[in-house]
Amino acid sequence: MESKNARLGLQLFFVYLLLYGGFVMINAFAPEMMERTPVAGINLAILYGFGLIVAALLLALLYGMICKGEDETATSSNNASISDNASSTKEDA
Amino acid sequence: MIHEASNQAIFLFLAFVGFTLGLSFWLGRKATSSEGYFAAHGQIPWFVNGIAFAGDYLSAASFLGICGMIAVSGYDGFLYSIGFLAGWIVALFVVAEPMKRLGKFTFADALDAKFNSKGIKLAAGISTLVVSVFYLIPQMVGAGVLVEPLLGLPHWAGVVMVGTVVIMIVVTAGMVSTTWVQFLKGSLLVFFSGILTWMILARGFSTEPAGPNQRIFKTVGPLAVDATSSDAVNNAALESVGGTLVPADAGWVDQPYVRIDHGNGDTSVWRIDPTADGDGITLRECQWVTERVGKVDMINGKPKGTGEGEAVLDPVGRVSKLPGGKTETGPLGLAEFFSTLQNSEVILWRKTEFREADDAKTSVYYPKPTPGSAVLRPGENPKFAGIRKPDIAGKLNFLSLMLALFCGTASLPHILIRYYTVKDESAARKSTIVGIASIGIFYVLTLYLGLGAMTSGAMDVTNSNMAAPLLAKSMSTWLFGAISAIAFTTVLGTVSGLILASAGAVTHDLCSSYLGWEMTDTEKVRLAKISSVVVGCIAILLGIQFKGMNVGYLVGWAFSVAASANLPALVMILFWQKTTKEGVIAAIIVGMVSSLGWILLSADTFKDVYGLSGHPGFVPFSQPGIVTIPLGFLTLVLVSMMTRKPEAAIAG
Repeated sequence: MESKNARLGLQLFFVYLLLYGGFVMINAFAPEMMERTPVAGINLAILYGFGLIVAALLLALLYGMICKGEDETATSSNNASISDNASSTKEDA
Repeated sequence: MIHEASNQAIFLFLAFVGFTLGLSFWLGRKATSSEGYFAAHGQIPWFVNGIAFAGDYLSAASFLGICGMIAVSGYDGFLYSIGFLAGWIVALFVVAEPMKRLGKFTFADALDAKFNSKGIKLAAGISTLVVSVFYLIPQMVGAGVLVEPLLGLPHWAGVVMVGTVVIMIVVTAGMVSTTWVQFLKGSLLVFFSGILTWMILARGFSTEPAGPNQRIFKTVGPLAVDATSSDAVNNAALESVGGTLVPADAGWVDQPYVRIDHGNGDTSVWRIDPTADGDGITLRECQWVTERVGKVDMINGKPKGTGEGEAVLDPVGRVSKLPGGKTETGPLGLAEFFSTLQNSEVILWRKTEFREADDAKTSVYYPKPTPGSAVLRPGENPKFAGIRKPDIAGKLNFLSLMLALFCGTASLPHILIRYYTVKDESAARKSTIVGIASIGIFYVLTLYLGLGAMTSGAMDVTNSNMAAPLLAKSMSTWLFGAISAIAFTTVLGTVSGLILASAGAVTHDLCSSYLGWEMTDTEKVRLAKISSVVVGCIAILLGIQFKGMNVGYLVGWAFSVAASANLPALVMILFWQKTTKEGVIAAIIVGMVSSLGWILLSADTFKDVYGLSGHPGFVPFSQPGIVTIPLGFLTLVLVSMMTRKPEAAIAG
C-alpha cells in the first residue's frame, strides 16, 4: 500500500478533488457565476464541465506514464510481490 | 405518443442483437470452470478490458437517461456525466491497484482478504446484491423505453425481452463472452454517438418545422388583459381563439389553463402566461392526457389512437428564436453550437398534473419558451432548481448527489469485478485509462446529443428516456435502428454484468463462504446460473414498476447506495491499519440500510414511485449521500476503535 504508485495516485486524486470540489461548490453556492461567458460565447458551466472531463483524462495519462517508469526500474520487487499474492490467493481457493 | 415500427430499423436491430448473442454463445461454450466463468481466467487483454469498462459503465442510464435529461431541461443532465466520469478518478487513483492485489472474484473477497471473516462475506454479499438490483432497475426501464418506439410494443414487453435474453446470455456464457460483448458495444456506442453528433452539427439549428408533419403549437397574444381576473382572461381567450368555454371543474379549478370547445368533439387547452411586464397575457396551446384505470387514455380529449376521431400526442422540441432573427444557422462548429444556442430561445415542455372529478389523472403538457442561456446553465431541472434558491436543503441535495456520483463508481460491484479479468496491476491500470478516455469522449458527446434532441422536433413529452433514439429517428431510419440496437445491447451487457456480479455474490459470499457449502466447480457454476435466473426475474418485475422515472436519476440513487454501503469499508481496509472486521460489517450494514431507507422515505419516491404527488417525504432532501457516506465512515471508525484487540493496538 505504501508503494510510490499508491502515493502518486493519492496526490493526483487530491488534485482532481480540488477541481471537482470547486465545480460543485460554484454550482451550489454561486450558480450565477456559471452563466458568465468568458471564452467564445460559451458559458463557464460548459467550459468547466468539459475541462473536468479533459483533466480526468490528462491526470490518468500522467499517472499511467509515471507508473510505467516505475515498473521498469523496480520490476523485480513488483513481480515478487505479485507472485506472492497470487500464490496466497490460490491457496485460499 | 404512438410509435410505429419501421421494418428497416427492426431488421438492423434484430441482426445486431442476433450477432451479439451468437458471439456471446460462441465465446461462452469454453467457460466451464468457475475461474473462467467469473473472472475470464484473468486473461483478457488490457485494451479490450478498457473498452469493456466503457461498455459496462455506459449503461442505459448514460445513453438514454443523461441524453433525456439534457433534452428536457438542458445542462443539468450533464452534471451526471461529469459526476460519473469523476468517479473513475477515485476508482483509478485510490482503489484500482490495492483491489487487484487483495481480491479474487468479488468485492467481498477483496474486503475479506485480510480478515477471512464469514460476517464480512455475508454483509458484502448482501450489499452487492442490493446495489446490483438497484442498478438493474434503471437498465430494465431503459429496455422498455427502447422497444416502445422501435417495435411499437408496450413497455413491459421490452422489460421481459431484455430479462429473458440476458438470463440466456448469463446462463450460457460467463465473463469471457460478457467482456467481448461489452467491448463491441462500448466501441460502437462511442462511434455512433460521434456520428450522431456530427449530424447534429451538420444540421444546425432551425426555427422551421422539422418536417411536413411537424405540428406547430399556436401562440396567441400578448393580449392586453388583466391577468388576475379569470373572467377577463376567459373572454379574451374566446375572442381570439373562437369556440365556447368549458367551465373549470375539479382539478382544473385555479389552474392557469383555459379549455375551449370547438364543436365536433374538438377541444383545445391553452396555458395562460402573464407577460413579463405584467400588463397582459400570452396564450399557448397545450397537449393533455387523461388516464382512467382500465380504460384507453384520452389524448387532447379524444381516445388514444391514429384513426378517425382519435388523437395522439405530437412530437415537440424546437428552437423558437435564433440570434439575429435568422431562421436557419446551417452547419455549426463544436464551439459555435453552444454560443449560438446561448443566444437563442428554445421551447421546452413542462407538465402539470391534477385529478378530474371522477378521479382520473390529467397531465397537461405546456410549452415554456426558455432563453438558451438558461438552458445551458445548471438549475433548470425541477430536481436541481434548489441550487438557485436561498434554502440550504436544495443545495445539500445537489452536493449530496455530486458526492454520491464521485464515490459511487469505485463502489459498484460490476465495475469492480472487471479488475480481476486482466492479469496484473499494470494491466488493470492501463485498462482503466482506456476506459476513462472512451467514457470521457462519450460524456462530452452526451451534451451535444441531448441538446440536439431538445431541438430536433422529435421529442416525446411523456418520456424523457426516449430522447436519444428519437433524435436518431429524426435523422434517419437506419441510424435509428443502429442506435436502438446498440442501446439495447448496452442494456443487455450492463444487465448481464450486474446479474453476474449478483450470482458471484450468492455463490461465493453467501453459499460457499458464509453457509460453508462444499461445492465442486461445476456445482458452483450451476448455483451461479440458478441465482442469475432468480435475480433476473426480480429485475424484470421492478423494471415494470419503475416505468415512468428518468433512468439517469434512478442510477444516481444506485450510486448513493453503492457509495454509502461499500466505499467506507473498501477505502478504510486499504488505508487504515486499525480497521477491524466488526467495523467493516457495521459500516456496510449501516451505510446500506441508511441510504436505502433515506431513498424510500424521500419526497421524490413518494411522488414518482408510490404515486403520492405533493407528499413532502420524511427526509429533508432526496439524495442521501452527503449524510450516509460519512455515516458509513464514522460507523467503521467508531466500531473499529471499540472492538480493537489490545495486542493489535500495540502492534499497529
